[in-house]
This record gives sequence, C-alpha cells and structure tokens, in this order.
Amino acid sequence: MKTAVIVFPGSNCDRDVAVALERTTGTAPAMVWHTETALPDGTGAVAVPGGFSYGDYLRSGAVAARSPVMRAVADAAARGMAVLGVCNGFQVLTEAGLLPGALMRNRGLNYICRPVALTVGDARSPFLSRYSAGEAVTVPVAHNDGSYFADDETLDRLEGEGRVAFRYAAPVNGSARSIAGIINQRGNVLGMMPHPERAAEPAHGNTDGARLFEGLLAAAS
Amino acid sequence: MLVKVHVTLKPGVLDPQGRAIGHALGALGFEGVADVRVGKVIELELAESVDLGSVDEMCRQLLANTVIENYRVETPRP
Repeated sequence: MKTAVIVFPGSNCDRDVAVALERTTGTAPAMVWHTETALPDGTGAVAVPGGFSYGDYLRSGAVAARSPVMRAVADAAARGMAVLGVCNGFQVLTEAGLLPGALMRNRGLNYICRPVALTVGDARSPFLSRYSAGEAVTVPVAHNDGSYFADDETLDRLEGEGRVAFRYAAPVNGSARSIAGIINQRGNVLGMMPHPERAAEPAHGNTDGARLFEGLLAAAS
Repeated sequence: MLVKVHVTLKPGVLDPQGRAIGHALGALGFEGVADVRVGKVIELELAESVDLGSVDEMCRQLLANTVIENYRVETPRP
C-alpha cells in the first residue's frame, strides 16, 4: 500500500510516523509538503503527524488546517481513503472539520509527556481491526492542548454511534468523557492524541501502537 | 481602517488559563474575583475598499473556532 505523510512547517513527528508506516507496509511513504495541492497517485492512506505546525499560532492546528494540501486530504477522505491524525494531526483534523470537536489546553496547564494507559473503544475502523473493544493498551502522549471538547449533543452522538476509538483509563488532560481518539462517521478518519508511532517497535519498549498500522494495512489489502 | 475582532471562549467551555489567573489574583490579595476568562483581540488593518462583511467570513473560516469560541467584530465609528 502506498502511503503519504503530510509535512507542515513545525511538524516534528513526521519522520517517526514515516518509519512506522515503512516498517508496516515495506515501502517508504511519500513526504508531502503542505503547499502541495494533490496527493501522489495511488495513495491509500495518509498520516497527519504530530508537532507544532505554524508554532501553534492562533490555535493548535488552525493554520495548518487551511493549507492547500489539506483540501486534497479532505477530498480523499470523502472518497474513503484512510487518514490518521496523531496529536497535532488530530488538532489539524478537528480544525479542518474532518472530525468534530476541538482540542483545548490541558486542564492542569502542564505539558504532559508520558506513557498513558488507554482503553480501546468500540469504534469500527480499519485502524482498530487488530485491537479488541475494551482492551487495555499503553501509548505515550506528548501534548499541551489535548483536552477534547465537544458539546454534549456531539459527545452523545460519538458514543451512540460507536465512534470513540480510545479513552484514557485514568484522567490525563481533562478530556470530555476521557476521549483520547475518535473516528469519523465512515470510520476511515481517525484522530488521536497519543502517539502510536512511539510505541511501534521493540526498541521503544512497547509495541502496542504497532497494531494500529498493521490493522490499517490489513484493512487495505 | 482598523477593525478589531474580539474572540472569547463560549460559556461553559473550561478555561484553565483563566482559572490560573484567577488564583494568582487571589494570591495577590484581590478579593471578589469570581471568575476570569481569557480571550484575544485580533487587530486587522484593512484597506478602505474591503467590505466589512468579509470580516465575518474571516472569523468563521479562520480567526475563531466556533466550536469553542464566540467572536465580535468592532468596526471604527463612522
């Protein structure tokens, strides 16, 4: 499967997620600069990486969400292509309107950088095909603005439609209903604050995140 | 023409930054500060030819995130 990683000024997990994708698919992803107006032909999945795109100016992910390449990502997502947004990538996807809600300043105001216990949600998505609902996994977080917010109606809808991908097993950042990751209605777009690419090979000390990429590949083939 | 856009968090949206400032004011001895909310002011210097209606569009497309924020456009007095 051909994959691509979007690169914004200030992205800093683009190479990490590229390594995870290459290890899984056997092919190095295309690194696509934010000014591009199209994705490479045949791209089957795109990752929007973590980092501090545009220095988090205005709001985290706000400026990146309006960059030319994100129009191409939105069009491809509407056609069913898999899109993974991690950390700043999740913020970009909410700002772009591909996922509902917003990521706000952590409740305790601290930058939080540590492995956290997660519970896999009941969301049906290719990304989750190698996990089972309710399973406990550990994946690192590293964020300032990770507190998920949406109005009650939206939260009820996310839970009712089975769109919660991951929850924090214990409070981390003040996220509504402990939400750490969600999918879109179709299940092909996943946004999550924890970094699966940082728990993707034995050298990381934890491979709980690797199955996310493996599931993505399995679903595509 | 100077146009100011005031962006504020919607009621009910948690503002940890405002809360921390409230605590600091209390620590300085200021009493009776019931709540603090932090927003931002964005100043736009616009050519006279710019239609003020487009400022509303700027707010909705970029300057404010209407999931969490309200905005108010302050135009110069005629």
